[in-house]
Amino acid sequence: MEPALSAALLQVSGLSVQFEARRAWMRRAPPPLRAVQDVSFHIAPREIVGLVGESGSGKSTLARAILRLIDATSGSVRFEGVELLGLEGRALQAMRRGMQVIFQDPYASLNPRMTAGQNIAEGLLLQGQRGPQRLTAVAEVLHQVGLPRGAANRYPHEFSGGQRQRIGIARALAVQPRLVIADEPVSALDMSVQAQILNLLLDQQEERGLALLFIGHDLSVIRQVCDRVLVLYLGRIVESGTIDAVFGRPRHPYTRALIDAAPVVHPAQRRKRSLAGDPPSATAAPTGCAFRSRCASAMAACGNHPPPLRQITPTHAVACFRDDA
Amino acid sequence: MAGVPAAGAPAASEPGAAAVLSLRGLAVEFATKDKPFRAVDGVTLDVLRGRTLALVGESGSGKSVTIQSVMRLLKPPARIAAGKILFRGRDGERRDLARLDQRHMRRIRGNEIGLIFQEPMTSLNPLLKVGVQIAQAVRLHRRASAREAAAEAVRLLRQVEIGDAAARAAQYPHQLSGGMRQRVMIAMALACRPVLLLADEPTTALDVTVQAQILHLLSSLQEQLGMGVLFVTHNLGVVAEIADQVAVMYGGQIVESAPVGRLFDRPLHPYTRALLASRPDADSHGTRRRLAAMPGEAVDPRCPPPGCRFEPRCALARSDCRSPPALETAASGHGVRCVRWSQP
Repeated sequence: MEPALSAALLQVSGLSVQFEARRAWMRRAPPPLRAVQDVSFHIAPREIVGLVGESGSGKSTLARAILRLIDATSGSVRFEGVELLGLEGRALQAMRRGMQVIFQDPYASLNPRMTAGQNIAEGLLLQGQRGPQRLTAVAEVLHQVGLPRGAANRYPHEFSGGQRQRIGIARALAVQPRLVIADEPVSALDMSVQAQILNLLLDQQEERGLALLFIGHDLSVIRQVCDRVLVLYLGRIVESGTIDAVFGRPRHPYTRALIDAAPVVHPAQRRKRSLAGDPPSATAAPTGCAFRSRCASAMAACGNHPPPLRQITPTHAVACFRDDA
Repeated sequence: MAGVPAAGAPAASEPGAAAVLSLRGLAVEFATKDKPFRAVDGVTLDVLRGRTLALVGESGSGKSVTIQSVMRLLKPPARIAAGKILFRGRDGERRDLARLDQRHMRRIRGNEIGLIFQEPMTSLNPLLKVGVQIAQAVRLHRRASAREAAAEAVRLLRQVEIGDAAARAAQYPHQLSGGMRQRVMIAMALACRPVLLLADEPTTALDVTVQAQILHLLSSLQEQLGMGVLFVTHNLGVVAEIADQVAVMYGGQIVESAPVGRLFDRPLHPYTRALLASRPDADSHGTRRRLAAMPGEAVDPRCPPPGCRFEPRCALARSDCRSPPALETAASGHGVRCVRWSQP
């Protein structure tokens, strides 16, 4: 487990999320789905941390547990020193203002019956801002995300995908958060729009001194925008560290497989790949190291218990028994 | 049109012998309440036997509509307004699919031309075992007893590298992972040994490790079966992985076409250049950096600008860009639709 850092904006310690599977009549209860298991990490102010993993790795569940949109089974989430798990009512609402979220599909998260301006203003209303002050704030944030003034009076369906994501970002930024969790914010966008939205996020992050938890599956994007990265496999962090460390000297066989599987930048770099098989489902994960069923360097000890995440350099940690791997 | 290269072929307006599919000036029109617009406007390309042509573009560029018109799957208000879809079948005859009636088209579709697309779940019947579905596809176009077709289904599952094929054949689609379902769809598309495979973003919904496996599978199957592949994608990384030839679409037109190595080394059209430049750089070393994003939004095919469709977003645009540029030959096999390609 990571030592608690007093300087951390967000400190997640030993966080686990389990979903109970429903028991069929006259049958034994199936094992629970362990979506997130014993995850610990921190984010410092102004830091951009990437969270990368394939579908079913638990990355969105982890984000939702941090935001208290679903309940964690155990562990701790401290934001600006305050424990969020167990917080209720007004106290929770107050903390939430400091922490906002941007989703992959802004259309699903915007209210289609409210104008873009009303969607953005909702958060401000909860903050107690009213009247002309609120209108000014909406106009200002719309301008900051690159939308025309008139956009405030139009409805979500009148915008393109890229513009909708701008509205989603404006809504998140309007309440002046310190941390933004961006869950695959550019995955559904066209190439040219993706670059525009990434730049917008980077600019706003710098201008406002925001911290970002950037969830994605595209390694080239993570590498471009993040300071540090966490690699998630079946609910556990298998490797973490600075971009230089993890991409320059990947130590976990899964991280290597991910980097190896990413499409090449130039056709001259085509090569044969090695990793076979699909990730197993979280209800049927192997005992011990969850990756061992696909790992070329697995050994007997890998089946005993999950390897702990150990710090191998000050900027790099890996959860693998094979030092030589 | 003399001297204008078809994407994916040496400069020639007559399709060569190796071309399985040749589009010549294909235009697809959508009827609307006001006035009709062209989602595909004058597309000319060649898919060669045993080769992959990647058709790359963003949403609204017309790349998927192009595939649907080859399959003759367009429904009103869309219709083929002009051009030829020349398909060279197993018998060596060249037919214009744009003028074929639906009865003849059914003999070609799913038989001589296979189709795979992004979401296999929508094309698989959730109530039938996958082996049964593949066997049905086999019997639709081939004389085979139920037992022969079932055996063929298992053989096809093995061909798409599904382990324990006999057991998988007895499973339902929901029991399979996304990557496995995509393999089943490929097995169905290959059931009749098509000479042409149309692939519409087949790996877009998949995880990177599974995507790499499927791309590898497709190229090894192509090597075995010698089919031509028309691969539609928005992902330049996938293009770099799989294409022999590339055609870049923007606003319903092909704006550049070239062999894949040449397109990545010497892109000539400002749109292609901007697209390549805006990719997150996989060679950067942990330096948080802004990307070279191109300004503006993609052209709306319902009201394209009068001249070059990229002109409103183009940094090099000048007054003569306001009349429509032709697709010019920049080098053998390299076409570009820009009046400024030869100027620095």
